[in-house]
Amino acid sequence: MTTEQYPKVYLYKRIVQAKLFIDTNFADKIDIDHISDEAFFSKFHFIRLFKQIYGKTPHQYLTSVRIDNAILLFQKDKPVSDVCFAVGFESLSSFSGLFKKNVGVSPSTYLAQQQYRKQQIIKNPLNYISGCFAHKFGWTEYSNFEEVK
Amino acid sequence: MIRKLTFATVYVLNQASAYDFYVNKLGFKVHTDAPIGKDNRWLTVTPPDQPEIEISLLLVTEGEMFTKEAVKTVTELIQKGTFGHGGFECNDIYATYEELKSKGVEFAKPPKEEFYGVAAVFKDDSGNWFSLTQKK
Repeated sequence: MTTEQYPKVYLYKRIVQAKLFIDTNFADKIDIDHISDEAFFSKFHFIRLFKQIYGKTPHQYLTSVRIDNAILLFQKDKPVSDVCFAVGFESLSSFSGLFKKNVGVSPSTYLAQQQYRKQQIIKNPLNYISGCFAHKFGWTEYSNFEEVK
Repeated sequence: MIRKLTFATVYVLNQASAYDFYVNKLGFKVHTDAPIGKDNRWLTVTPPDQPEIEISLLLVTEGEMFTKEAVKTVTELIQKGTFGHGGFECNDIYATYEELKSKGVEFAKPPKEEFYGVAAVFKDDSGNWFSLTQKK
């Protein structure tokens, strides 16, 4: 969209509200038709404007929000089946397929990678921290990292 | 020969609150969150489309880096909005502005047409400011 086309603030507000609705309610069953109704748009017009602003259709955006939140839950060590349903997927197979398509590895592989990385951070934190800052802050291999375990 | 930027530092006053701001409000990704000591973390985040550039959210804390007096001075300067740390780019500044405003992000300058595009200035939860631009 060019900047000359802007003054339609109300359009922005409605599309942004729809995006925020997805951001907040991604874990629930979301019906795109319902969102476009709420935004007072025809479905076609809504999808076109949404894609114009965010580069994705509302459905693609919903999937990416669910995957992003799954990643955050995996970083907190949550099991795959819990994460799948917690972020709004209705079946493990569709979750696994979409996760792999977006992230490049299966959910269980990603979880295992995160668990390993977390263990390594606790074991060797200096491998994950900029050396010059660690030195400046007095974070050395002789520091007492054990208190964070 | 310098080849690339690996990370940049933003000093913050509270890392838990900074996490919420950069991750939940700006939508940045967590790169590393490593606890260091009792009340400190090596916390780095990346802009959504730039996973290779980390922004380190460092706590202003007394120690090797800052004296007690320096902590007080730096804290006051950050809170006053003295430090600008760089600029971010977005595809649609008016939509981004509406979204961030609705999430409670403070804007020092709303979007304005400039010769290079449309630009705004927002502050993080500590008081650091950044420009936000939609290029022409």
